[in-house]
Amino acid sequence: MAEKEKLLEVKNLKQYFNIGKSNEVKAVNDISFDIYKGETFGLVGESGCGKSTTGRTIIRLYNATGGSVLYRGQDVHEKKTKSELKDLHQKMQMIYQDPYASLNPRMKVNDIIAEGIDIHELVKSKKERKDKVQELLETVGLNRDHANRYPHEFSGGQRQRIGIARALAVNPEFIIADEPISALDVSIQAQVVNLLKKLQREKDLTYLFIAHDLSMVKYISDRIGVMYQGKLVEVATSDDLYLNPMHPYTQSLLSAIPLPDPSYERTRRRISYDPTSHGYEEGEEVYMREVAPNHYVNCSEKEYKQYQSNYNPK
Amino acid sequence: MGKKILEVNDLHISFHTFAGEVQAIRGVDFDLYEGETLAIVGESGSGKSVTTKSIMKLLPKHNSEIKSGKIIFQDKDIVQATEKQMQKIRGKDISMIFQDPMTSLNPTMTIGKQIMEPLIKHGNFKKSEARKQTLKLLDLVGIPKPKIRIKQYPHQFSGGMRQRVVIAIALACAPKILIADEPTTALDVTIQGQILELMKDLQQQIETSIIFITHDLGVVANVADRVAVMYGGKIVEVGTVDEIFYNPQHPYTWGLISSMPSLDGMDDELYVIPGSPPDLLKPPKGDAFAPRNRYAMQIDLEKEPPMFKVSDTHYAATWLLHPNAPKVEPPQNIQDRMQKFSKGAY
Repeated sequence: MAEKEKLLEVKNLKQYFNIGKSNEVKAVNDISFDIYKGETFGLVGESGCGKSTTGRTIIRLYNATGGSVLYRGQDVHEKKTKSELKDLHQKMQMIYQDPYASLNPRMKVNDIIAEGIDIHELVKSKKERKDKVQELLETVGLNRDHANRYPHEFSGGQRQRIGIARALAVNPEFIIADEPISALDVSIQAQVVNLLKKLQREKDLTYLFIAHDLSMVKYISDRIGVMYQGKLVEVATSDDLYLNPMHPYTQSLLSAIPLPDPSYERTRRRISYDPTSHGYEEGEEVYMREVAPNHYVNCSEKEYKQYQSNYNPK
Repeated sequence: MGKKILEVNDLHISFHTFAGEVQAIRGVDFDLYEGETLAIVGESGSGKSVTTKSIMKLLPKHNSEIKSGKIIFQDKDIVQATEKQMQKIRGKDISMIFQDPMTSLNPTMTIGKQIMEPLIKHGNFKKSEARKQTLKLLDLVGIPKPKIRIKQYPHQFSGGMRQRVVIAIALACAPKILIADEPTTALDVTIQGQILELMKDLQQQIETSIIFITHDLGVVANVADRVAVMYGGKIVEVGTVDEIFYNPQHPYTWGLISSMPSLDGMDDELYVIPGSPPDLLKPPKGDAFAPRNRYAMQIDLEKEPPMFKVSDTHYAATWLLHPNAPKVEPPQNIQDRMQKFSKGAY
């Protein structure tokens, strides 16, 4: 992994809301991670932990309160001209959670998908535009003649495919998928996940995959970051995270996944996480430490030693 | 197994739309026993919600029609019941938890008022008694500081807490049947776990039967005693939770189980059931699953399979179980499950 090219570097990113008011929220509180080219980075955590905010701040839907996001070494959040921003948004695209709310009901599929193409002036003629849209529809497994329909004529899974086609239209390198499958049926989820994987192979895409369904995240991601209350608590390769979860919050998340196995379910024990259980003393420094190769945990010096002695690589 | 509490016989339900008659439910039979949890699983549009809404008689009157069939509850047929009779049953004997706790609560009423409503209407509680009972219920469903919370509005609660309020309302009158329509789908895993535990606890305390609708097989494995698999408006397989997970017989059940990612395995590609669900405007002649079934035989396209008996509690509607049918090899992961089952590991 070390020799791989860093596509995105998130450094000490902070995103606060209602700053200075009594109801100030530190939605994202000083997190740092890198995403390498061609990989899928999964971001998991319970609702309200700041995972979606992180995704939205990376693509500059929000202006960061502090810290920086470097995309190929270039700061996303520094002052930019309109055309610089436009270039950036061509490379970064987003797929949203709710396929019902994220498509304009008054636009035809054709125009929804081509909106980005028009903005970035990627085609020269009307015919080229039409061809491009039809090609995209086929890429995501829809029919060519679906282009003239409206979103309400499609099922949830099909709509999510339209959302994916729209994101692909401008030939992006990096896609932020914000809970793209949470609103879908299990069998449809498998279809969309397979599609995302296939597109990644064919187009050499990099994904930031945000979700709370850990079993799917494990399946699609190369590396996973676990978030809790605006902080990253653990980052590791997906296999290592499942085999050797170190932070107690990660352990509690893993213990909560229901599996399609009744005898396992009968004996399962849920671990619940108590943030006070760390018992940090004053002056103890808590930050991300590399406990094992490529396995980072948010911990104190004492915990660091303890985690290291408990670690057993497979 | 305990006493039968609900019996659904050969239920047919249609919706009249501009495009024609949608035969959403095409002959559903099942029984519900006292104190058990029956899970109904299937894709969107398979008829899970329509079936349960018909038990509550909550289907829209202007375009839906129960064509035939019976729903027997306490020796009475719900299909024939009047609206007035239904109002006495709803919330008292049969109550329901909906999928979305954000929209199923009234945003302009305090949650205290909403929980007291069924107590006063059905339970003949006086207002002051109802308030006391409400505090007890809030405590029971694990909402801290009930004395403060009782005066608050739904927007002051998180998703998980709102679902607890909804459960408190549903259980206020200790119903005999609780219908839970995807109660945890909108919640995240940790909260989902808490709500499932809570429902199991409460089920034991008030001895209610639960019909649990979901498409998440992990949840089914956790809560269910028996499972009914629905496809295209019919139940295609029904059995105990072990029989469905470790000895499934219907190819559709095989597909459902196979499309779940496993945590330990490193599968390259998730299994996807090919094709799409049947168009119930024009239901197919034979087995509705046949066009998507790679084990389909000629007869599947012509004649609907009856329910074949696998064991006393396990039935499946597939021609593969006919004595003259050729032996087929289920997918590998299903074979693994069956092997464990036949060894009596479960």
